Amino acid sequence: MSIEATEAHQPVFVGAIRDRLETLQQSYPTRMALLLPALWMVQEERGWISDSSVHEVAAVLDLTPAYVRGVLTFYTMYHQHPVGRHFIQVCTTSPCNICGAEDVVAAVLAESGCGELGTTSPDGRFTVIEVECLGACGFATPMLIDDDFIESVTPDLVPALLARYP
Amino acid sequence: MGFPHPIHAGETPVLSTHFGDPAARTFDGWSERGGYAALRTALGMAPEAIVDEVKASGLRGRGGAGFPTGLKWSFMPKDTSRPHYLCCNADESEPGTFKDREILRWTPHALIEGCAIAALAIRAEMTYIYIRGEYTEPHRILQDAVAEAYAAGALGADAFGSGKRLEMVVHRGAGAYICGEETAMMNSIEGRRGNPRIKPPFPAVAGLFGMPTTINNVETLAAVPHIITRGASWYSSLCLGNPKSTGTKLISVCGHVQRPGTYEITLGFPMRDLIFDLCGGMRPGRTLKAVIPGGSSVPIMTPAEVDGCATDYEGIAAAGSLLGSGGMIVMDDSTDLVYQVMRLARFYAHESCAQCTNCREGTAWTTRILERILRGEGKESDLALLMDLADNMTGKTICVLSDSCATPVVSGIQKFRADFDAYLTGAAAPVAVGA
Amino acid sequence: MTDELVSVTVDGAVVQVPRGITIIEAAKHAGVLVPHYCYHPSLSSPAVCRMCLVHVEKMPKLVPACVTPVADGQVISVHAPAARKAREGVLEFLLINHPLDCPICDQAGECELQDFVFQEGQARTRYSEYAKRYNPVEDFGPDVLYVPNRCILCTRCVRFMEEMAEAPVLAVAERGDRAYIAIDPHHQLDHPWSGNVVDLCPVGSLVSRDFLHRARAWELDKSASICPGCTQGCNITIETRDEAVVRLRPRPNLEVNRHFMCDTGRLDYRWMNHGDRAEAPLVRDGDRLVAADWDAVVARLHLLVHDTTGPVVVLASGRASSESLGWLMRMLEARSTIAAMKVPIGDEAPLAGVPGLALRPERAANLAGGLMVGVRDAWADAIARVGSAGLVILHDVDLNDAEAAAIAGAGTLVHFATATDDRLPRADLILPVTMMAEEQGVYVNRDYRAQRYLPARTAPGMARPAWWAASRVWQRAGSERTVPTTTSEAFAALPAFGGLTHRDLGYGGRILDPAVVSR
Repeated sequence: MSIEATEAHQPVFVGAIRDRLETLQQSYPTRMALLLPALWMVQEERGWISDSSVHEVAAVLDLTPAYVRGVLTFYTMYHQHPVGRHFIQVCTTSPCNICGAEDVVAAVLAESGCGELGTTSPDGRFTVIEVECLGACGFATPMLIDDDFIESVTPDLVPALLARYP
Repeated sequence: MGFPHPIHAGETPVLSTHFGDPAARTFDGWSERGGYAALRTALGMAPEAIVDEVKASGLRGRGGAGFPTGLKWSFMPKDTSRPHYLCCNADESEPGTFKDREILRWTPHALIEGCAIAALAIRAEMTYIYIRGEYTEPHRILQDAVAEAYAAGALGADAFGSGKRLEMVVHRGAGAYICGEETAMMNSIEGRRGNPRIKPPFPAVAGLFGMPTTINNVETLAAVPHIITRGASWYSSLCLGNPKSTGTKLISVCGHVQRPGTYEITLGFPMRDLIFDLCGGMRPGRTLKAVIPGGSSVPIMTPAEVDGCATDYEGIAAAGSLLGSGGMIVMDDSTDLVYQVMRLARFYAHESCAQCTNCREGTAWTTRILERILRGEGKESDLALLMDLADNMTGKTICVLSDSCATPVVSGIQKFRADFDAYLTGAAAPVAVGA
Repeated sequence: MTDELVSVTVDGAVVQVPRGITIIEAAKHAGVLVPHYCYHPSLSSPAVCRMCLVHVEKMPKLVPACVTPVADGQVISVHAPAARKAREGVLEFLLINHPLDCPICDQAGECELQDFVFQEGQARTRYSEYAKRYNPVEDFGPDVLYVPNRCILCTRCVRFMEEMAEAPVLAVAERGDRAYIAIDPHHQLDHPWSGNVVDLCPVGSLVSRDFLHRARAWELDKSASICPGCTQGCNITIETRDEAVVRLRPRPNLEVNRHFMCDTGRLDYRWMNHGDRAEAPLVRDGDRLVAADWDAVVARLHLLVHDTTGPVVVLASGRASSESLGWLMRMLEARSTIAAMKVPIGDEAPLAGVPGLALRPERAANLAGGLMVGVRDAWADAIARVGSAGLVILHDVDLNDAEAAAIAGAGTLVHFATATDDRLPRADLILPVTMMAEEQGVYVNRDYRAQRYLPARTAPGMARPAWWAASRVWQRAGSERTVPTTTSEAFAALPAFGGLTHRDLGYGGRILDPAVVSR
C-alpha cells in the first residue's frame, strides 16, 4: 500500500472543478472520453497524479483504477511522481540534436542544480527531463518550462531564462 | 514569439499570408482579411457540392499519406441515422515537422473555418480538434479562437443563422507521438491508450465512438476555405510539377540551413532552390550531406538525390523518398549519420505503443545495436543484422511506426555506409551512449 | 456468420469452411495450426502478437490470420517462406527479453513459446546486447503470480478480465519495451473466475501459486472429466502425477463452459487425494467389522434388502455417478424407498461475459441425474426419516455431526464408502467404492446435459463403483437377470436414460429430455 493511500485523500473533483468536468461531458457521448481531460485537471490542481487521485478519477468516471493507470502511464506528460516547482522539458530529437540540443541540456542541468536528468534539484525548484520532439524543430532548441513554450534556446541564454522561474 | 522570416519571392503564400500578424488571430481580424466568407458560402452548399469542389481541386492529405481529401470525404455514408464525426489532427509530432503549429498559433480561425466546412461536407455536427499536449501556446490560442467563433455565431446550434449545427471541441493530448496515427487518435479521444486499431473497419465506417468518422490534418483543413472561396480550378492551377500534386504545401525546414522556418511553396518547387535559396543554404564553410524531406519516417536523401528533385508527392518518390508531412530536416557535413539514425530509432522506441511484438521489441533492439556501434563495439555483421531486423519490422504491424523506425536505418546504411564503417573500423572516435 | 460454405486452399489442401470465419479457424479445418499468441477463440482479437501472419495470394502484405476473414477461392499459405520468416522474426523479438529459465518455469513443457520456437524458431539468438529487461515477481492475487520477465504482452489476461469477468483489474501499463501488465496496487486478482488467466497465459508469466513447482508438465497424466463442484458441469481435465491429483483445468466445451472454469471448482481437488480410504469390504460380526470378499458382501446386502422391513432411506452424494444412483435405486425397486441427495448451497458466481455460465449455488454435480432416477432434492426430509427406517443406505456423502448422529442411531446401516466414518461405528456393511476421479460415469447438469467423465487414477484396494455392487445385489433377486459389465452398459441398462450408451453422449455431452426419457 502506497503512502498517499493511507492519508486522507482530498478530492479534486468537487465544486467548480467538478462542474467544469460535468460541463465538458456535454461535448462527449461517453464518460470514458473525459479521462484525458480529467487527468489534466488533476495535474493542474495537484502538480502530479497520485495513486489516490487515480482512484478518485476512476470513481468519478466509473472506470477501474487499473484501467486509469494503464491510460495514465501511456501518456508521458502526466506526472506519476511529484516534480519540482518548475518542470523543464528540453527537446533532444534529431533536428534539435544536430543544432546543439545536448549542450542546452547540459547547461540546464548545471544551472538548475539538478545534475541528472529526471531528478529534482535539492531546493525543489526544478525537475529536468529530455523530451522527444516538441514540434518546433525550426526553433532549435525549444523547451517547455511548465506551460511556457520557449524557442531557440542556446546554452548562453539558459541562466537568464531559468532566473525567471524562482 | 516572432515569425522568423519575411515572405520570400519564391514562396506562394496562401495559408501563410498572415503568419506573423497577431491581428489575424482574432475573429474580427480574420473576418476583415476575408475570413469566414468561405464558411458562409459552404453553409449554402449541398454536402456533395463541397466534396466535389475539393475533389476537383486535387487537394491531398497534408499530414503525410497524401490521400485525396475529397475522395476521403466521399467515403462517409450519406445517411445520418448515426452521428458523424470530424477529427482534426493537430497532433503534429513527426520530428522535423512544425508547419501546423504556425497555422494553429497565427491563423486559428483558418483552421476553425476549414473544420466547419469539412464537417458540413461529411454531415458531421461535431468536430474534435486533437492537439498535442506540448503545444501549450497554440492550444491557448486555438481555444480562445473557438470561444470567439462560438460567441460570433460561426459555431453552435445555428451556425451563422443557417439552421445547421456546428460544434467544435479542442481535445488536448498528453504526450504520445503515436496519437498522430488516426486510429490511435480516436482511441485517445475516447479515453483509451493511444493504440492504433486494426483496419478494417475503416474510420468512415466505424471510427470515433464507433461512428462514421473522417480525420484530416490541420494544413489540409486550412486549405479548404481558400478552395471554396477561390475555386477548385484556381487551386489545381497551382502546380509546378506532376499534375497529381496541386496547390501549395507548407514545408517546415529545420537543421543546418541559414534560415530555418516554415515556407509555403507551390507543389513541384525545386527542392534545391528551397534549401539553398529560400532557406539561405548551408552555414558558411559547410556543405549539404543529407536531407530527410518529409518528417523522420521517410528515407534519407543524398545531395545528388536532392538535385533536380521536384518537391511534390511524385517528385520526391521518384528521388527515392517521400513528401510525407513536409517536415524537412537538412544536415550538413558536420553531421554524424550514425548518431542521428540512432537518435531517431530511440525516438521510435520511446514512442512505440507496445502492442505489436515487432515494433515493441524491434525499435528498442535497433536502438541498442546502434548505440553499441557508436560506442565502438560494433561488428561487421551488425549492419546485416540491422537490415534484417528492419525487414522484420516493415509491413508486419498494425500501424507504420515500426516501418518508420526501420526506414532511416535502411536508407542510412545504404546511402551513408561510410559513416557506419568509420565506427566499425575504429576510424571514428567512440561516443558514450546507452548501456 | 452464415451456414453458407466457401472454398479455400490452406497449404495446398482445399477445404469448405463457413463464410465469415477467420483464416486461423479455417486453417484448423485443413488440419493446420497457425502459430499464435494473442488470439484466443473466446476473446476478442487484437492482432498484436503478429505471430499468425500468413501469405494470401494476391494480397500485397502478409495478413494476420486471426482477424482476416476467409474469402471464396482464397489461396492461403501458412508456411510460405515470407510467412515463416516473419514468424521467425517475431519469435526472435519475443525471446530477446525472455529469460531462458525454462528449467524452473512451471510452463515448460506446455509453453507455446517453447513449442513454436522449437517448431519454427532459430537455434541461436542474434541478440548480443546487455542485460535483459528485469522486473520482480508480483503477487496478483490469492492464487496468481505475475512473472513479468516472461511476459510477451499478448494481453489475453487483460482481455479475459475485461471481456469475460467484466472486472478490468488488469491493464497494460507504460509503452514500448517498458510495458508490462499492471494490477491496481489496492486490488487483488480475486474474482471467482480469475484463475483462468493462468490457463490463458501462453507462457509462464502468470502462474498458479497452488501448482507452483508441484510438477513438470511432462510428468502429468491427463484425463477428461467433469467438474464435480456444482450443477454447471464444466468440462475439465484432471491432471495427476504419480496417481495424485495435482491440478484441475478447464476443457473446452463451447456449450457449457467455453474454455473456462471457476476458481472454486479449480482448487477443490484435495479430497480426491484423501489417504484414509476404505479399501476392503467389511461386514459386521457381532460388535466388530471384519474384512470380507465382494461375494460375501453382495450376498449379505442382498439379504438385508430382502429381509429388513419398513422404508429404506438412501442418502447420496451429489458427486455420485448416474450409473451408481440408478443402480442403487434399481437394487431397491421392490422396496418403499426415500432417496435424497445432499445438495450444499453456496453463493452463485457468474462469469459475466458468457451467458449461462456460473458457479451454481447447488454444489452437486449430478443433481439432475439423481432426479432422473428417483433421487430427490429433499435431504432434510430424508434425514428426518432415518430414525424410522428399516434400512439406511449411505453413499459416500459428507455428513455434518448432527446428520452423523441421526444416522448412527439408525436400524440397519449400509455404507457405500470411499472412507470409513468413525462417527458411524454401527454400520452393518461397508462397501469400498470408487470416487469420481477413479471411475467412469455420467453426470447430468442443470440443463439436462449428460456428460461423461473418465477415470484419472486407479482405485485403492478392492474399491469398485457402487453401480457394480448394486447391480450384483439386484441380480440375486431374480434368476434371469443379467447385469452390466461396463459402465456404459450400466448406463444403457437404466430406463431413465432411454437406452443411450456412453458413445451416444459424444465428446460434448448430450441434452436429455427429462420428460421423454424418464417416465
